[in-house]
Amino acid sequence: MKLLLKGARVIDPASGVDGVRDVLIEGDRIARVDMSIPPATVPGAIVADLGSALVVCPGLIDMHVHLREPGYEHKETVATGCASAVAGGFTAVACMPNTNPVNDSASVTRFILKQAAEAGLARDYPIGAVSKASEGQELAEMADMREAGCVAFSDDGRPVATALLMRRALEYAGMLGLPIIDHCEDKTLAGDGVAHEGFHASQLGLRGIPGAAEDVIVERNIVLAAMTRSHAHIAHLSTAGALRAVRSAKERHIRVTCEVTPHHFTLTDEQLMAPLAYDTNLKMNPPLRHVTDRDALLAGLTDGTVDAIATDHAPHHADDKRVEFDRASFGIVGLETAVSLSLDRLVHAGVIGLGRLIELLSTNPARILGVPGGRLAVGDAADITILAPDLNVTVSAASFRSKSRNTPFDGWPLRGGVAATIVGGRVLFVNPDVPQASALGRV
Amino acid sequence: MSDTAARLRGKDLLGIADLTASEITLILDTAEAMKEVSSRPIKKVPALRGKTVINLFYEPSTRTRTSFEVAEKRLSADTLNIAIGTSSVVKGETLIDTALNLEAMSPDIIVLRHASSGACHLLARTCKAGIVNAGDGMHEHPTQGLLDAFTIRERKGRLQGLKVAIVGDLLHSRVFRSNIYLLTKMGAEVWVCGPPTLMPAGIELVGVHATTRVEEAVEGADAIMMLRIQLERMQGGYFPSLREYFQVFGMTPERVKLAKPDAIIMHPGPMNRGVEIASEVADGPASVILDQVANGVAVRMAVLYLLAGGGEHEAVA
Amino acid sequence: MPILMDSERIGRTLTRIAHEIVERNRGVGDLALVGVRTRGVPIARRLAAILRDIAGQEVATGALDITLYRDDLMKAAVGPQPIVRRTEIPFSIDGRHIVLVDDVLYTGRTVRAALDALIDFGRPSTIQLVVLVDRGHRELPIKADYVGKNVPTSRRETIHVRLAEIDGEDEVTLDQIEGERA
Repeated sequence: MKLLLKGARVIDPASGVDGVRDVLIEGDRIARVDMSIPPATVPGAIVADLGSALVVCPGLIDMHVHLREPGYEHKETVATGCASAVAGGFTAVACMPNTNPVNDSASVTRFILKQAAEAGLARDYPIGAVSKASEGQELAEMADMREAGCVAFSDDGRPVATALLMRRALEYAGMLGLPIIDHCEDKTLAGDGVAHEGFHASQLGLRGIPGAAEDVIVERNIVLAAMTRSHAHIAHLSTAGALRAVRSAKERHIRVTCEVTPHHFTLTDEQLMAPLAYDTNLKMNPPLRHVTDRDALLAGLTDGTVDAIATDHAPHHADDKRVEFDRASFGIVGLETAVSLSLDRLVHAGVIGLGRLIELLSTNPARILGVPGGRLAVGDAADITILAPDLNVTVSAASFRSKSRNTPFDGWPLRGGVAATIVGGRVLFVNPDVPQASALGRV
Repeated sequence: MSDTAARLRGKDLLGIADLTASEITLILDTAEAMKEVSSRPIKKVPALRGKTVINLFYEPSTRTRTSFEVAEKRLSADTLNIAIGTSSVVKGETLIDTALNLEAMSPDIIVLRHASSGACHLLARTCKAGIVNAGDGMHEHPTQGLLDAFTIRERKGRLQGLKVAIVGDLLHSRVFRSNIYLLTKMGAEVWVCGPPTLMPAGIELVGVHATTRVEEAVEGADAIMMLRIQLERMQGGYFPSLREYFQVFGMTPERVKLAKPDAIIMHPGPMNRGVEIASEVADGPASVILDQVANGVAVRMAVLYLLAGGGEHEAVA
Repeated sequence: MPILMDSERIGRTLTRIAHEIVERNRGVGDLALVGVRTRGVPIARRLAAILRDIAGQEVATGALDITLYRDDLMKAAVGPQPIVRRTEIPFSIDGRHIVLVDDVLYTGRTVRAALDALIDFGRPSTIQLVVLVDRGHRELPIKADYVGKNVPTSRRETIHVRLAEIDGEDEVTLDQIEGERA
């Protein structure tokens, strides 16, 4: 099967391309990327006249999602999560191991991959646990898990429990050439906090999680990454202090990378008070921080300190959110709002350009995880995302492909969206509101 | 006649933060009339006759619940007390389910006390009944703030321009939050004091003076309010011992002397004698602690009346 | 805005009523005046002053707030909710002849509420009623014992009583109600 994407603006930071190009997909591969590919030269190809208002880029990769299967299938399954991913423009996701049972073994890894293959939607790269059952005691079988398909290790949901364990994990995973991804939170400082420690949490009588709880562990991990000369990746970085530490570490050439979520670069703790006080769709960990933290993240996105945007997609059943704030589960879904928030709040707001955005959502995640993709190279698998940067969208939780609806962005009008998502040459999502992409619907 | 609001907006009383100074004055003025009802031989008026009020208490409380119950009965309302034991919570019925089940019986008001901040907001959004916050987690205890203000106003004639000192575990206290919102709205000068480990983040942004020196807080004060130190806080490692707490922050007769000669001593109760307050101070002539309790009934009558009793009225004979 | 009673007329009317009270009760012994808030109170005080002149005796006077005793049928969605004020009856009403005083008698519901309130204070011997203006349209079997002036009105009209103690001047006027009223 041949698919010809004509006339769109192609942006591929990895190869330096940014301009109107035609892209030819043959079977599951990228066959050609040229200034002009006349349809006559490709008989039998389906031609999509996309136009230069649309952007063709390497498939987006969300390197931090929770697919909840095995164990929490009422919130999400691998299949529904991967469907949510392609609807959000993602051709691949990396899923965290805090399932039930925890993904701390090759067998659970293989199960997850089997589910993903059956679903046949977005690619799934499992992240294995650092410690057995993520209990923070003994290292899990990382080599075996890598063999089965894991691309990194994390005890996400929790921090890697001790400095000693983090050291050992970095050393061991370093041998395997894989990064340790850490949810940086000092539990003794965080206590039973539910919101960012600050003026707004005080006003609402909510127990606070100080920014220092994150900073302290980020600094710990930087020291250990330097010591072990291994790669530590900071998950969902949210504070100015943590960002400063990462920036400084990079200047000293320590192998540390970091990701930021769309909700952290969009919202602040002020939203807890209005319009809806105690909205549990604003409860996540790390919590929404102070406006100075948010602004620091924006600066980090601009100056290159932040390597990736990742959603920390955390589906929860309505029952887990329709309770008192203290008791509500932490987390919000993010796969189907990430692109629109990024285009609206970063690109259109002038914080970064489209090229940098694609680095954050594709080029860099591929590099950090060591997975294929992140570029549009001839011969590579045809994982392609088509963006519609000027499309006006209104977020509609009711139409999410995810099983869960826990988002604070329902009803938000945003500028920018996804036109289509192509995985291995198969068009898995077409946005009906983008007329130029309609030809793809016939594939 | 003071320039007051004619009624309360909304069906709920969730916190002082949502009230205007005008509405606060309305409640306090109405409470004065209600206090007079409590001094009659027949301590009852038919203002809430036929209305149903449910007291839904997720945290044990004799004092507040009794106060609400007396207030409801003095207004001739039908009252129901529901004390949720921890076992019900463990059994898993959610707060919303419990409330909706109760609502099926058409209560006019639900008085809720709960351990989670924001629990009353959750119910107010879900239920048609008016919700009165009897204390939600660490957030607010608005009727306590109102009765404290009523007591100060009763003794001092006004709130504006008075210096009020609040001392104790500020971090965890909902009484503290309600009081500082109310007193700052009404123009009092508020000084708050406690160990730094128990000082809420961003406290100065509310418009109060914060200090860790109790002498500075009470100097020249018109009213001193002591907050309860929950004994379990010591296990939380917030301060080394109760003995040291009393030494550094306890309200002793010597410290009281730094305040104005006619200063009043307040405490929302129950008191830990010898921890936050010396017995001589609690029982001394300046103490209005028992007045606070009496005023609690009048203030709660006023709140219930303004939420459920009034309705539209003709000013016609 | 026809003026029904000016200051002088109000004064003469109250004097006449005071004499009627003394005559009916054969003196002022065991008598107490209770003004219904708001404007019944200054009228009661004026009557007390006149009675003191006539009978040479102080007559106990109190103020009654009936807001908490209003019935459901007194809701007609007009105007701001009246603020509850203190009731001040600093004497025992048991065994006394209470004279309730109000400015205007209309449906009778205020007086009914006042009777309910008084009964909660004790057991008076008798209760009599003074009104400055009776405008008709009773909805309950209530009758005034002493009436300053009978003014037949329609439901589209209203009586405004202004008293110096509250409004700065003495005047009773008959006005039209703006908008539709039943």
